[in-house]
Amino acid sequence: MTTIERSTWATKVGLARMLAGGVIMDVVTADQAKIAEEAGAVAVMALERVPFDIRRDGGVARMSDPKLIEEIKNATTIPVMAKCRIGHFAEAQILQSLEVDYIDESEVLTPADEEHHIDKHEFSVPFVCGCRDLGEALRRIGEGAAMIRTKGEAGTGDIVEAVRHMRAVQKGIRELTNMRTDELFAAAKELRAPYDIVKQTAELGELPVPNFSAGGVATPADASLMRQLGAQAVFVGSGIFKSADPERYARAIVKAATHFDNPEILVEVSTGLGEPMRGISSTEIPVEERLATRGW
Amino acid sequence: MSDSARPSRIGVLAVQGAVREHVNAIREIGADAVEVRLPRDLVDLDALILPGGESTAMRKLIDAYGLREPIAALGRAGAPMLGTCAGMILLAERNADGEDPVFGMLDIEVRRNAYGRQLDSFEADLEVPVLGHEPLHGVFIRAPVVTHVGPRTEVLARDPDGQPVAVRTGSVLATAFHPELTGDRRMHRLLAQMISEGVERTA
Repeated sequence: MTTIERSTWATKVGLARMLAGGVIMDVVTADQAKIAEEAGAVAVMALERVPFDIRRDGGVARMSDPKLIEEIKNATTIPVMAKCRIGHFAEAQILQSLEVDYIDESEVLTPADEEHHIDKHEFSVPFVCGCRDLGEALRRIGEGAAMIRTKGEAGTGDIVEAVRHMRAVQKGIRELTNMRTDELFAAAKELRAPYDIVKQTAELGELPVPNFSAGGVATPADASLMRQLGAQAVFVGSGIFKSADPERYARAIVKAATHFDNPEILVEVSTGLGEPMRGISSTEIPVEERLATRGW
Repeated sequence: MSDSARPSRIGVLAVQGAVREHVNAIREIGADAVEVRLPRDLVDLDALILPGGESTAMRKLIDAYGLREPIAALGRAGAPMLGTCAGMILLAERNADGEDPVFGMLDIEVRRNAYGRQLDSFEADLEVPVLGHEPLHGVFIRAPVVTHVGPRTEVLARDPDGQPVAVRTGSVLATAFHPELTGDRRMHRLLAQMISEGVERTA
């Protein structure tokens, strides 16, 4: 008799691999989820407020109301992700019980624990986590994240932080690949990451799970830039539904993620798009108010 | 179509999805891999793989850049095709959810995500007699279910509950699981073998 094994590591990482080359869009209503799916999104992130509004409103940002997540699940056939606060494993348990397809343990929400992230191996549902550098990525993978997203500064429409952090991760990986085995032990100590995952990354020449880009992506050119810097897919938050024409922006960014290295198509999809989200330069945000700095 | 001196050229539809994994598998079996994003990328292909991903997104990108007709034409010309998961949905002649078929080359009816959500994704060993005695390990991710098998289709494998999970109509092969996610290359070799059998038939 053949046995079936559910929710294995291969199925968790496998779902992330299926999203490669695609765009995951933040949506706050069932109608937006339908627009996203119709435009060619590979998944949606169900939220009560996009990061731009979270930043504007201030206060504590928490997991969304399960009712909203249910409505979005019912409105679309593509995978539905939802966010819980860093370290808030009770929110994660609720999201797992809601049968979302991926949980984002996200710095966009107000952290619930300033020392510990969730033990993600304990869950059947897969997790995605953010990172600013290689050590943070490898610590999250060690805790069980099956997908990594390199953090930009969410809700700004400014790509500079996403670029900084993607370059940091890629540079860190290149350095690992040039190390002797004995040097990898020291690297693991410095990266504050599990040795076996450091070694695996050095051997693969890339993270052992897919690495996407999230935060600050506002235009087709931004999506192309992040794909060319090594992101396998992009998350777009405020960039779509805070633009002048969300349907068009959504379709254009989807095409740009696929044809990221084809300048002719990038010209075509960038032309006459209308106003992108207004945006906030991330240098205007005091360091202590930057979302990307949350996570440890 | 292909002279035996050169390696086979196998395309992978690369609009979205698990493209890299198939490209790596193709190279491991000694064939040349070509990523297909535009109709011009289809020139001189001996076979084409339609990977896993989100079929709704892939469908939009296929139509946005005019890939539907040239891929269907490649299939009608006898080039072997392999569709995995979403690729199976794109190849199917009938869709139980009422969506329009895309390429309509595989005599089956499918239902998207019918095994359930991500929490129902699973792994299982599968008996695939056409690939030999050794079971093939199948990774199923939000997989489609084959709800009806037409008379022109042979079932190559079933899941532990008896549902068909690998099927073939003529030169069109499809799996509900992801052979590209494991190190076992027998499914890709079967595709390559179908190229040479097709060449012999037309020779």
